[in-house]
Amino acid sequence: MNARDVLGLVGIVALLPLIGAAFLMAFGRRLGSPRAGWVATGLMALAFAWSVVQLAALLSLPPDARSHVSIIFTWLPADQLHVNIGFLADPLSITWCLLVTGVGTLIHLYAIGYMRDDPNTGRFFAYFNLFAASMLILVLASSYLLTFLGWEGVGLCSYLLIAFWYERSTAALGGKKAFIYNRVGDIGFLIAMFLLIAQFGTLDYGATGHAALHASGGITTAIALLLFLGCTGKSAQIPLFPWLPDAMEGPTPVSALIHAATMVTAGVFLICRAHPFFDASHSAMTVVAWIGAITALVAGTMAVLQPDIKRVLAYSTISQLGYMFLALGTGAYAAAVFFVLMHAFYKACLFLGAGSVIHGNGENQDMRVMGALRRFMPYTAGAMVVAWLAIAGAPPFDGFWAKDGVLEAAYVRHDFGIWAVGIVAAVMTALYMTRLILLTFFGNARWGTSDAPAVAAVSGGSDDDDVVASEDVEAELGYEPDYLPTVVYGEPPRTPRLHGHEPHESPMLMVLPIVTLAVLSIVGGIIDIPLRGGTHLDAWLEPVFRGAPITESFAGAAALSATALAFGAVGILVAFLFYRRGLPSPADDPLQERLGVVGDVIGHGYYYDEAISKAVDGPVRGFATFLDRDVDQRVIDGAVNGTGHLVRRAAEGLRHAQDGLVRRYAIGIALGAAALLLFFLAYAGR
Amino acid sequence: MTDFPILTAIIATPLIGAVVVALLPGRRPELVRAVGYAFSVATLGLACWLLADFSTKKVFFQFVENRPWLPSIGSRYIVGVDGISLFMILATALLIPIGLLASQRYPTQRPKAFTAWFLLLEFSLMGIFLSLDLIVFFLFWEILLVPMYFLIQGWGHGRRQYAATKFFIYTAAGSSLMLASTLILGFIHQSQTGVLSFDYRVLAAWSWHGLSSTTEVLLFFGFLAAFAIKVPLVPLHTWLPDVHTEAPTAGSVVLAGVILKMGAYGLLRFSLELFPHASVDLAPLLLTLGVIGILYGAIVAAMQKNLKRIIAYSSVAHMGFVIVGVFSLTVIGLDGAVFTMLSHPLTTGALFLLVGMLYERRHTYEIAEYGGIWRSAPLLTALFLGAMFAGIGLPGFSGFIGEFLSLAGTFVSRRPWAVAGVVGVIFAAVYMLWAFQRTFMGKPTGINLKLPDVNLREVMVVAPLLALSLFLGLYPKLAIERVEPSLKRTIVNLELKTHFREKRPKGYAPTKLPDGVTASQSIQLGRGAP
Repeated sequence: MNARDVLGLVGIVALLPLIGAAFLMAFGRRLGSPRAGWVATGLMALAFAWSVVQLAALLSLPPDARSHVSIIFTWLPADQLHVNIGFLADPLSITWCLLVTGVGTLIHLYAIGYMRDDPNTGRFFAYFNLFAASMLILVLASSYLLTFLGWEGVGLCSYLLIAFWYERSTAALGGKKAFIYNRVGDIGFLIAMFLLIAQFGTLDYGATGHAALHASGGITTAIALLLFLGCTGKSAQIPLFPWLPDAMEGPTPVSALIHAATMVTAGVFLICRAHPFFDASHSAMTVVAWIGAITALVAGTMAVLQPDIKRVLAYSTISQLGYMFLALGTGAYAAAVFFVLMHAFYKACLFLGAGSVIHGNGENQDMRVMGALRRFMPYTAGAMVVAWLAIAGAPPFDGFWAKDGVLEAAYVRHDFGIWAVGIVAAVMTALYMTRLILLTFFGNARWGTSDAPAVAAVSGGSDDDDVVASEDVEAELGYEPDYLPTVVYGEPPRTPRLHGHEPHESPMLMVLPIVTLAVLSIVGGIIDIPLRGGTHLDAWLEPVFRGAPITESFAGAAALSATALAFGAVGILVAFLFYRRGLPSPADDPLQERLGVVGDVIGHGYYYDEAISKAVDGPVRGFATFLDRDVDQRVIDGAVNGTGHLVRRAAEGLRHAQDGLVRRYAIGIALGAAALLLFFLAYAGR
Repeated sequence: MTDFPILTAIIATPLIGAVVVALLPGRRPELVRAVGYAFSVATLGLACWLLADFSTKKVFFQFVENRPWLPSIGSRYIVGVDGISLFMILATALLIPIGLLASQRYPTQRPKAFTAWFLLLEFSLMGIFLSLDLIVFFLFWEILLVPMYFLIQGWGHGRRQYAATKFFIYTAAGSSLMLASTLILGFIHQSQTGVLSFDYRVLAAWSWHGLSSTTEVLLFFGFLAAFAIKVPLVPLHTWLPDVHTEAPTAGSVVLAGVILKMGAYGLLRFSLELFPHASVDLAPLLLTLGVIGILYGAIVAAMQKNLKRIIAYSSVAHMGFVIVGVFSLTVIGLDGAVFTMLSHPLTTGALFLLVGMLYERRHTYEIAEYGGIWRSAPLLTALFLGAMFAGIGLPGFSGFIGEFLSLAGTFVSRRPWAVAGVVGVIFAAVYMLWAFQRTFMGKPTGINLKLPDVNLREVMVVAPLLALSLFLGLYPKLAIERVEPSLKRTIVNLELKTHFREKRPKGYAPTKLPDGVTASQSIQLGRGAP
């Protein structure tokens, strides 16, 4: 078998988890925990192995020949539009395949431990595998339409997994919110495809890529911006980001895999794939870069005062995704891809670590009642410290190289404003992440303190009967539907729910993936070190993007790195200043007090989400109610029934109408129609 | 077997079935059901045979039968099938046995009459989709009212009398205008040519040059009255939620699945061919009504508190996509319209069936009565999830293909309408997910804790529809390659008869008839061709 034969079978990468999803949907319940998890994980590992084979096959070809399209069958043949179910194996798609299957396997493994006691493990892993399959279809597709299928598929799985614990009201809401925000973005994707059809008559990546070179500026800008609208939904950028923090309602492995490492990077992938349109439109690139930069900064500030460990990480993800779009907008595609990979390592590590912390602390997510946990969960603490240094941009961890590449690209392209915003955002990154680490693992232990206010975590009254009933429910569901673990800014601290136990380290099955990801966060940067002969990833992706490599003199680059490092150090320093001893008491956040009103604004996410909720509950719902009650029922249906009444009253001569007459009236109509027909028959028969 | 009158067999089988059922003793419900299944499955078998024998190469009607019927008025029994009607036949043939199977347990009373009326309904639907003579078409169109009226009135819920009457009067009012227009059309033709004929192909070959433009527009509106009510177009839609809410499950399935398509079918089959100038000139008006249907139907659906009303209004929105696709007047848009007409029976049929199963368990459609039933009925929930996402238009399911092509075609010809229509995809997610959340998610209380899950029969009722929707979503070629020749012919005829020129994606050659088919054959819709 030569390399091209192997590349022709790239679809197997997506097929393996798809088989797993179908199998687990049918038999997952019967398999139960942990067997269902092992099936799913095994298939992911196989998919990873096959991705590695694909990598080897691509590498065996000369760089310019590293692209292979395999058509499975004709999907949509309408008019002269022909869309195939076809897969495109090239450096870009295989990079993402390795990411999705590699990190995916680790997170699947972790989930076996995390979901061990859940009675619906089969359903969980069916969705998890379906997600992986959809994501792989998204990246392997050879046309926009098939990417869109994967794009919607991952959205579906995101919905199902956020709302996995559907009896929790917040989970149900979070899932719906995610799907609807993504649908708003999908409008952009859909109209972009309509434009592609109208202008070029095809949705094929190869053909549209060539056509983009000769298209008018208005068209390329429109297509680029419409696609970017789709990306702001999927990748949680301004203005469509508010769904991501609420997506934290899903089980933590979901947050790690879907809402940090892979799905949210689909927007980055799409721009990489559609780069000819972005290359051709300077204005679209400027928009992407600025939206990315502003998102990086704004979301970074939103993370600073969050009390919930997962919500800090959620805002952090939005901010980090902003960096990726910043890079894309400056044309540094390879730097963006590099950032995606490194971010996947350290952010997945952080999320899995957070899950381990939550797991070992009686499902507590409130950092204000944590502290000093390093003694109880040393592996988790160690791994998360590594990931913290990585995301804060400390050398030689992978985040240093990633951020460096992005900021250097912005600087070299003379986008000083964007570079400056990126640097300031780096302060925020270092600040909130240091705060997270200090509050969680260091300082004073607040989970055992007796002065923690006894706030009932369970909403609603709790009679003795209810307690018994809810214990039954818990056994059946594997979680407490009334306990809403998410803590939002402004809420009083939670009572630690350890019930007299001490926090504990998670089982090896969970620790192993965390540590692996931490190791990757240390060494991952090696694939693209900006030294001569070190830019492996740039070289690997060069046939896809064909851009001139972005270079700065060594001295200039070093100066830029030093500047970034200095700003990062400021963030770390500020956090140490305020949190080195933990919190005086759980309700008492020194930085929050210092920031005052500003703290409230950033803590509430600039009231953006709340304003949207208010608008939807107020004027939007009012308008819909007006349409339903006044227009539809009163005016339109009123006119219809009014006509009916008028006719009947005329016919009945104002007599009191009875029910039987209605039927008689109906029969009258029928007879009338028949009479008309007879009349016509008689007439025509002459 | 080439001479076997398969279309007549498809029309006659359910009629014979209805008569046989009516003659059976009422005290033997299981016998009644067996006979009902036998005849409806036999019809489905004939329809599948038709699908297998249907040629993807032919542009005009296939399996045409042409027999004298009422020579005194020039009406003949002419039946034929092309790509536009083929899948309506299949959808009807599929939904009738499924409706019977779904009604096996509920409603319980008078199974004999129910089965007979249901088969009569199938008879009239088959007649509607196969008739090529306008008088015969009208007769079938009117006959449909009778079984539908009695099904709602006899087996419906609370306000069934009101709903049945509303349905009857509303649609009868519309079709009386269609009858008048049919007669006028025939008489004018007779006065000009001396031939009295209601053969649709004869009239279509003449009307485009035989009618004054005012007459054409008036007659267009006469037909539109009947079609727009059936679709239904906003603001002629308010009968639909009322009827759905009160109708028995099987009635709703057929109503949403096939009866609504009668209107869109009529527009495609008759309006575009008989009144080409009016269709072209009034396309912006109908596009606007279609887009209004998409948006308005979805917004109002979101506000409903009754599950059936939500799905009813969602049908208004889905039919909006059909209308938009038709009046985009592009091959891609028409593909999308016909594909939606095929897909919508599957997805909405499944949703109505599932909601009917909830009703059988709780005897209410009010969302507030439900909540958290995922726990007690996980399989039912899984089926509903599938039907819901199929209905929302998730790629991979058939609904997506239809909506995508409808809007893509509209975008090629008239961008603003397409852009407005796309917004409907958000609303679809809003009303369906919100309803799902309130019904299936959250914490169950009381009786919702112990709702029995679906049994094997109920799975068998819904699963085929979802499987077909998935299959067609991944392999739409099966339908499109059979439908498209007829749609290309429709577009070419519009171009031949009027100044209209189809807007094409850049780089696409103009739509052409296949080699060997002449323009005059096309205008005559293949009449007299070998």
